[in-house]
Amino acid sequence: MDLKTLCELNALGGREEAVRKVVYDICVDKLGKDAVSFDGMGSVIAMRKAKNTSLPRVMFAAHMDEIGLIAVSAGDDGLINFRAAGSVDPRVLLSKRVMVGYGEDAVPGVIGYMPIHLQSSDEYHAAPTIEKLSVDIGAKDKAEAESKAPKGTHITFATKYTEFGDGFVCAKALDDRVGVYNMLRLLDAEYDGELTLAFTSREEVGLRGSKTAGFRVQPDIAIVLEGTTANDLGDTEDRFKVCIPGQGPCVSFMDLSSIADHELFKLVLKAGQAESVPHQIKKYVAGGNDAGAIQRAGAGCKTVVISVPCRNIHSPSSVCSLQDVDNQYHLAQATLKHLMKG
Amino acid sequence: MKDLLKQLTVLYGPSGREHTVADVIESLVKDKVDSVRRDALGNLICEKKGTGAKRIMFAAHMDHIGLIVTHVEKEGWLRVSNVGGINVNMSRARRVKFMNGVQGVLYEQALKAGENSALSTLFIDIGAKDEAEALSMIEIGDIAVYAEPAFDVGKTRMVSPAMDNRSACALLIGLLSNLPENHQSIVAVFTAQEEVGVRGATVAAYSAQPDEGIAIDVTVAGDIPELKLNAVKMGEGPAVKIKDTRSISHPDVVKRMIDAAKRAGVPYQREVLPYGGTDAGAMQLSRGGMPVGTLSIPCRYVHSACEMIDLQDMENGLKLLVEYIKA
Repeated sequence: MDLKTLCELNALGGREEAVRKVVYDICVDKLGKDAVSFDGMGSVIAMRKAKNTSLPRVMFAAHMDEIGLIAVSAGDDGLINFRAAGSVDPRVLLSKRVMVGYGEDAVPGVIGYMPIHLQSSDEYHAAPTIEKLSVDIGAKDKAEAESKAPKGTHITFATKYTEFGDGFVCAKALDDRVGVYNMLRLLDAEYDGELTLAFTSREEVGLRGSKTAGFRVQPDIAIVLEGTTANDLGDTEDRFKVCIPGQGPCVSFMDLSSIADHELFKLVLKAGQAESVPHQIKKYVAGGNDAGAIQRAGAGCKTVVISVPCRNIHSPSSVCSLQDVDNQYHLAQATLKHLMKG
Repeated sequence: MKDLLKQLTVLYGPSGREHTVADVIESLVKDKVDSVRRDALGNLICEKKGTGAKRIMFAAHMDHIGLIVTHVEKEGWLRVSNVGGINVNMSRARRVKFMNGVQGVLYEQALKAGENSALSTLFIDIGAKDEAEALSMIEIGDIAVYAEPAFDVGKTRMVSPAMDNRSACALLIGLLSNLPENHQSIVAVFTAQEEVGVRGATVAAYSAQPDEGIAIDVTVAGDIPELKLNAVKMGEGPAVKIKDTRSISHPDVVKRMIDAAKRAGVPYQREVLPYGGTDAGAMQLSRGGMPVGTLSIPCRYVHSACEMIDLQDMENGLKLLVEYIKA
């Protein structure tokens, strides 16, 4: 499965079926039907039995859902009002192409805004709030808009996956299809202990799928594969850059949802060094991810997060390095190798 | 109690790095309990079977707040983020120390006109002449804590940056050392990662599965000038928590705590805290839920480098708890 296909699938929290189907079929193909299950929150859990039960039970997690918008009403003019599904900065939305709905029911749309000619000075200088924005699907009136985009319809970004520059890619949903992509590769990981790959749902709306997936698996160690905030462009001071695309996947010592287990954090760095996998330490404390929920599921487990640095994260045009994506896989595999060494 | 408190308050143990505290506590209590174990988040879980029918979990968190290194500047300055509720206004010109013993000064950069103080305006100077020297002394992700030593004030009072919550750890150790002849079964949990969101107690309550949960923690003493938020005063007895923002104490637990205070003949105070929370909030929501309460030690200057408690409140708190667990 290639990253392009995964990124171009549309799946907001609670409606991950497009990604789920792809993931499920590949997991079943690799491990057999009995090894793969769903839970009530929509996560896919693939479990590889241990050849050596003295090794730690390891769970990887990557979330299938992406951020986007949700239709809440239509105006008499046929424009669709929406709210954020996940954390979305309204400034990234202006003039973006979107898909309204999923699959055969989906219609293209565009998020319009008042032309610059007509804006007052105040309007020009202030960012619009999400309530002021709407999607134009070319509907002639409210009835047509509501028939094509009933309240609750999900709206996703219509960005095509584009490789550019020296090994970079621009796409939507890199957060966290990069993790999904690498977990599919890890179905073949070299590891003799029990290995669970949890493709989680609803991360972007509050770490919800991983809470139940973590409870169900209750591993000894959880390694979360993510896409995270790179802030390396412009005249940003070094200390606010967080991480830099192209310098390897980053390992987090802490974010707002979890503190990495200190020994496990050091083991990942050591494994990266020993196996010559480029990596960096994420140099900022912000955000949260599935590690926060999995760490506290049941009797608790040790966690660490390995992320691909993504510029313009949570926007229609995220950018990351394909080398970093590849090295996220290699760092995960190197970590497993070192866990086997004990 | 005083010597024990001195011993515990000098130990390094920010959230996520509590093992030194756990090691010392384990050595102090292992002969007094039936079993001791650690879990993935760093909790120290000690069980002592009693003659009573009830299993009560007591939670006293070991961690304290700290500052985690996020970046090292070319000049050797360490930039930091907070681990738990660091107050920037209480963080200027502070002596700090790291797990490996490296010490430094926490200071604030010169502010531009109109610039506000924030964690990002703080830095730590560990005496390194440049980035390379700094990185030979500490690593990104290392955590510094306020390093002021403990000292006595007045007749019965003591100050340390780690009163929150080593004073409660001392109280719980005291309880295990003074068990009455017939008592309920005790699950004494010295919890990890309370300051970042009651994380340790969440998983410990799940695995221990007690019948009832009691947190022991410090609370803000409202008896200093112009602070009129909280009726709790230092030196006037341990406080029986009625509510804070994470939990409402079970009325029956509150009543039994107050009855225990009366039987023990110690003063007590009723506490309503309009902010904050304790491990009780985590225990209350574990599995199918359980009755919880919190016994608080009044503390002045909480989350500063100079947290002050009155040892009499601790002695009285211990008498209350001994009475509380009688079967």
